Amino acid sequence: MDILKLANVSKIYGSVKALYEATMSVAEGEWLAIMGPSGSGKTTMMNIIGCMDRPTSGNVLLDGMDISNLSASELTHIRRDKIGLIFQQFHLISYLTALENVMVAQYYHSMTDEHEAMQALARVGLEDRAKHLPRQLSGGEQQRVCIARALINYPKLILADEPTGNLDEANEGIVIDVFKRLHGEGSSIIVVTHDPEVAEVADRTIFLEHGRISKIVLNR
Amino acid sequence: MTNRRMYFKMIASSILRRKSRMTVALLAVAIGATVLLGLSAISYDIPRQMGREFRNYGANMIFVPADDNAKLEILAAKRAAEAIPADSLIGMTPYRYETARINMRGYDIVGVDFGQARKTSPFWRIEGKYPEAENEVLLGADIADFTQLAPGAEVNMTGLAADGSRYRSDMKISGIVRTGGVEDGFIFLRLDDLERLAGNPGTADIVELSAAAGADQLNALVSRIAGDVQGITPKLVRRVTHSETTALSKLRALILLVSAVVLALTMICVATTMMTVVMERRREIGLKKALGADNGGIAMEFIGEGILLGAGGGALGSVLGYFMSEAVSVNVFGRSVTMPWYFPVLAILASVAVTAIACLPPVRRATQVEPALVLRGE
Ligand SMILES: Nc1ncnc2c1ncn2[C@@H]1O[C@H](COP(=O)(O)OP(=O)(O)OP(=O)(O)O)[C@@H](O)[C@H]1O
Ligand SMILES: [Mg+2]
Repeated sequence: MDILKLANVSKIYGSVKALYEATMSVAEGEWLAIMGPSGSGKTTMMNIIGCMDRPTSGNVLLDGMDISNLSASELTHIRRDKIGLIFQQFHLISYLTALENVMVAQYYHSMTDEHEAMQALARVGLEDRAKHLPRQLSGGEQQRVCIARALINYPKLILADEPTGNLDEANEGIVIDVFKRLHGEGSSIIVVTHDPEVAEVADRTIFLEHGRISKIVLNR
Repeated sequence: MTNRRMYFKMIASSILRRKSRMTVALLAVAIGATVLLGLSAISYDIPRQMGREFRNYGANMIFVPADDNAKLEILAAKRAAEAIPADSLIGMTPYRYETARINMRGYDIVGVDFGQARKTSPFWRIEGKYPEAENEVLLGADIADFTQLAPGAEVNMTGLAADGSRYRSDMKISGIVRTGGVEDGFIFLRLDDLERLAGNPGTADIVELSAAAGADQLNALVSRIAGDVQGITPKLVRRVTHSETTALSKLRALILLVSAVVLALTMICVATTMMTVVMERRREIGLKKALGADNGGIAMEFIGEGILLGAGGGALGSVLGYFMSEAVSVNVFGRSVTMPWYFPVLAILASVAVTAIACLPPVRRATQVEPALVLRGE
């Protein structure tokens, strides 16, 4: 079964066709990479898939539900149940510790559970950094906190927009290893990247150009 | 950790770990609360304090002769005063006005019972002493300034007695009286001295009375005495009670105005600070929304921060406000301030309310933040 289906999805800003007539699907458990030059519509697509924006036209089926015409608050509910988000700039809350940053996602989702949040940090190898504030962590560590936060509510689909864009090679390797493990455990993952090496490890790569899907490459 | 604890953890950390910005807002609230509590304590306490001051202010009734050219019989005045219950008659002072030459210059001199004058005119400020012994005088401040005479100096006084003869006496200045009023232009001496020198004992031009009574009672007394006693016209001295109420109401209006202005300024300061805070934290708000926070949740967090800020600033301001009103009270009235226990509580509640209201526009702005901006990396 497909976790995600886009049918003729477009996002038009005035005269800019940020995304145009995109049609594709992602199978459950699949790892998809999205590549394309700057301004080609990658983030636009992620925002629509992640229930943070609505398409101008076309249909989006997420986990079997049509989300193309939902209200902002309905999207909020679906987003917190089904989507785990990882950002290039990490977006940790500066005044909360690593552990608390993970718990914030629990808080907005349902109930905080310190023990579980600690386990999530342990999964990304950061249990000994739980009490540290973001500024006391390296970029790679911050990104791993961000991943732990994205995973804490067992999302159906993990979306990562250039998760390694701000990391050096060593940290990039660590993050990719985490993704590999998640993939192995059966998670569905969509990663936007400029880095061919990051795209290579995905099952499939979609290329965007001027808002259109120009090419789909099967990596294995 | 429960969700409620997480909520408090978040809003507390957001304030405590982001000190500098919040300090400004906290100080604004604290200053607002200081002024609010200080002024309301003072305006609560002032009527009591001033009431006491004004009651000390002296005469609230005078007797004058019914016939403008006649003199008052002091005995008759005493009988008339019996209409006033003894325990509420604070003092009764006859004044007798004459003219005399002192060191060859003409002045108005006043014969007075100083023991009673202290009660009916407690506001007299004396430099030196009241006359005690025979042939002592109290110099009005204007005359003292003009003649450069000081307490202890001897002067020569001459005048016309009632029988047409001239009297002459050496007088000693015991003190100088300063009231800022007509008294500064008079020379006071003991009534019995004046009677011995000028004759015509037992008469006065005016009798001042001070009675501990309300306006209604005083009115009733005046009409009773006017009806019962011949040759004496009793009058109310309205100046004191009237000025008491106008001064108080003006003071209160001023205090109300200042409080309103200060609260408005506090509100503006908190609103702009919170607006800046919201703008600074757009990413954080977007992130929280991306993580599933709804508008209500975001609003609750900022209002919660506002309330915490209001309570903290209000508590700080209450302490400062207490000391401010205490300082004012001690300096102006020489007494400790008294305020009901709930005043500081009200000040804190007012701070919380003002802060919460000031947070509404920024909170509205916060709920309008789009979650999509976190991926755009604005
Ligand atoms: N809110 C907006 N209003 C108008 N135009 C927009 C808006 N958001 C994006 N665009 C435009 O849509 C196009 C696609 O933008 P998008 O952010 O999806 O690109 P991207 O592929 O993520 O680029 P990058 O690799 O630089 O992140 C761009 O031309 C951009 O200028
Ligand atoms: Mg992008």
